[in-house]
Amino acid sequence: MQKEEVIVVKQLYKSFGDKHILRGIDLTLHKGENLGIVGKSGTGKSVLAKCIVRLIEPDKGEINVLGTDVLACDDAELTGIRKKVGYLFQGGALYDSMSVRENLLFPVRRTQFVDKEQDSEELVENSLRSVGLLDAIDKMPGELSGGMKKRIALARALILKPEIILYDEPTTGLDAVTSGEISELIIKVKEEYGTASIIITHDMKCAKIATDNIQIMKEGVFVVEGTYDELSASTDKEIRDYFI
Amino acid sequence: MKKHILSRLSLKSIHVSEEIRHSYNGIFIDLGELVVFTINVIKQLFRPPYEYKELIKQGFILGNKSFGLVSVTGFIMGLVLTMQMNPVLADFGAQSLLPSAISVAMVRELGPVITGLICAGKMSSGIGAEIAAMRVTEQIDAMEVSGTNPLGFVVTTRVMAAMITVPVLVIFADAFSLFGAFLAVNIFEDTSFTLFMDRSFSMLGFRDLMPATIKTVFFGFFIGLIGCYKGYNAGIGTESVGKAANSAVVSASLTIFVIDLVFVLITNLL
Ligand SMILES: Nc1ncnc2c1ncn2[C@@H]1O[C@H](COP(=O)(O)OP(=O)(O)OP(=O)(O)O)[C@@H](O)[C@H]1O
Ligand SMILES: [Mg+2]
Repeated sequence: MQKEEVIVVKQLYKSFGDKHILRGIDLTLHKGENLGIVGKSGTGKSVLAKCIVRLIEPDKGEINVLGTDVLACDDAELTGIRKKVGYLFQGGALYDSMSVRENLLFPVRRTQFVDKEQDSEELVENSLRSVGLLDAIDKMPGELSGGMKKRIALARALILKPEIILYDEPTTGLDAVTSGEISELIIKVKEEYGTASIIITHDMKCAKIATDNIQIMKEGVFVVEGTYDELSASTDKEIRDYFI
Repeated sequence: MKKHILSRLSLKSIHVSEEIRHSYNGIFIDLGELVVFTINVIKQLFRPPYEYKELIKQGFILGNKSFGLVSVTGFIMGLVLTMQMNPVLADFGAQSLLPSAISVAMVRELGPVITGLICAGKMSSGIGAEIAAMRVTEQIDAMEVSGTNPLGFVVTTRVMAAMITVPVLVIFADAFSLFGAFLAVNIFEDTSFTLFMDRSFSMLGFRDLMPATIKTVFFGFFIGLIGCYKGYNAGIGTESVGKAANSAVVSASLTIFVIDLVFVLITNLL
């Protein structure tokens, strides 16, 4: 039986001025699937991820997330959808003016995810523990290293136990050991909660461990789809080159 | 980029094509966007959730940042103005008018405008840079996906905070300037504090105080608004942070003078 579709994108176009970034993206994400997106820098991977939660308004196309037409729904519906989608921003996007604790509490409080204040504190501690940074709870983002910021941002993206997670380069800028841990965490989240994820990455080890399927994006369209093993053994040198 | 901000501001009917943007990219499109932004901010003022905590926090931050500069400037203005005016009034034998001349000048015009300009410099640029940095580092986006409207949480709170703190700062500036004037008067002659204050307020009526105070609320509104607008619509890349701060100061200072002029015209008509 075909699994339930959680994200369906059809013929998505987006340009900035006369720069055509997305040129007809088609994408389907199924429940419990980890889809990797690989592509050269500047091809529009981050733009695509932002379009999915409508942080960027596409020019043309259809986006359906969890059964809702994202481009046609009203603000309340959009907020509802966004609550169910975790987003790890490429640069982390931690709130500079808030401590790590407040950064993680922010989405919890804002969406009234738990009723009791005590529960939310516990939630924060648990999710920091899962990225191994409980010690940093009272630090400000400015005091953290780049890799720590990334992991805190990951904890924040996961804290609401979303149904879908968009990881924009979860392991970039991390050492090999930590990257491996993050990749394992991504798998663990998927297995425990049955979440579906899109993982934008340049890190082939992460792609190998964490993805079920990979799409290669080139100049704003997907050119090939396949599993890590299929693509890395491709007869086309250009495709194989992504996997070195 | 700009186009998508327009559509995000939920007035979807306003739609400027990229081409028009390129050829007429100028003051009117900016002005139009500012109007749309203003309407959305005002709408947001009356829409829950009301962010009291953030408002109080921002109020303290903004007030604290400018208090020192505003009070020192007020004090010096009062002192200098008195010393400059004293010989002139003495020539006419009208030295007893000095306190009221100073207080009218300060309360009606100089206090509000100087404080407004200082705040345009300190608050507008601070707000502009802060929000632009939040925009560039995707913090605004992060808020949006966390179920929070940044227009309410970030922008409205800062605009309101400026609306409240600027009038308060003006009152401080006025008070410090009168104190400065009192000290300066005492250089020329011995005056008691009560007599000085009596004379200062003898010529100040409701008609002086009311427009001067209302004016400062508008100053605050536009100082906050312009800072937020420039920051919120910052481009991508770090250099836009500096640009946002800079152009916020320029526009806010200019706006202070325009509002001042409008108020003088209105009060003269009444
Ligand atoms: N808000 C924007 N305004 C104008 N141009 C933009 C905007 N956002 C992205 N772009 C442009 O779109 C192109 C694609 O950007 P994007 O961030 O999606 O690349 P990417 O595939 O994620 O690359 P990387 O792997 O380096 O993160 C870039 O050329 C960028 O300059
Ligand atoms: Mg990217």
